[in-house]
Amino acid sequence: MKHTLTPQRYLILLAVMLTASVGDTLLSHGMKQVGPVSLAHLGLLLAAMRNPWVITGILCLLGFFASYLTALSWADLTFVLPATAFGYVVVLLLAKFWLHEAGASSLYRWAGIVLIVCGVGFVANGPSQTQHEPVDPLEEPAHTLTGGAR
Amino acid sequence: MVAGGVETSVLETWVTIVTVAATAVAGDVLTAGAMRRIGDLDIIRARAGMGGAIKAVVSSPMFLLGVLSMALSFFSLLFTVSNVEVSLAAPASASLTFLGNAFAAKLFLKENVDRRRWLAALFVCAGVFLLSK
Repeated sequence: MKHTLTPQRYLILLAVMLTASVGDTLLSHGMKQVGPVSLAHLGLLLAAMRNPWVITGILCLLGFFASYLTALSWADLTFVLPATAFGYVVVLLLAKFWLHEAGASSLYRWAGIVLIVCGVGFVANGPSQTQHEPVDPLEEPAHTLTGGAR
Repeated sequence: MVAGGVETSVLETWVTIVTVAATAVAGDVLTAGAMRRIGDLDIIRARAGMGGAIKAVVSSPMFLLGVLSMALSFFSLLFTVSNVEVSLAAPASASLTFLGNAFAAKLFLKENVDRRRWLAALFVCAGVFLLSK
């Protein structure tokens, strides 16, 4: 296994952690303003798409998917996934200190945070990728790139 | 188990939860496998621009299959939470997904899942379960 994380790649992992959790929290905040959506009132979903909190949340989740895919292109799945789990910790902190949710103070949840932080710590100091046969990204599949070099 | 007034047997409950986790694992493994085949996106972006990187990703059948699996997982989660209490369904499926990914990454992606990564998967799995309490 090799460990080739540059500061820029740590920033991508940080984006993976933060964008998903901040996006979820923004969606939650926005949907509370929109109100409960039921099958009888599906039109509310369209109204939700005009809420700035919901729009920002969706943009954050798009950013998450882009940074998640980028991380998977140079790191193992079992290295990246604990980083995504760290997002649960960020969600809980945002729920407690920004949304002031009552359940966010539960002792069980803080114990859960400690376990997740330990889990992320285990892999963060280890190698990021299993060494496989080297592949030139521009050779295979070559046809996928020819149209993109504009 | 009851959610929304609908009675669900223990077997049905766990079949739906395992379906959510299995489709999520399939999505993660297919996506990760596709990204490994495509190669380092930083290099592709440097050589072929952002358009080239996006085209390389979205033209991969394995990536598209992975996204389809993720979509299936999302809809099976919606189905599950309409029949099973969300306080059980969400953490149980998330925890199973973390463990399933460790097994699948070793089996299909040939990742070196050493003791450190197994411990990480178990700690995250337990942590996610505690967060639901």
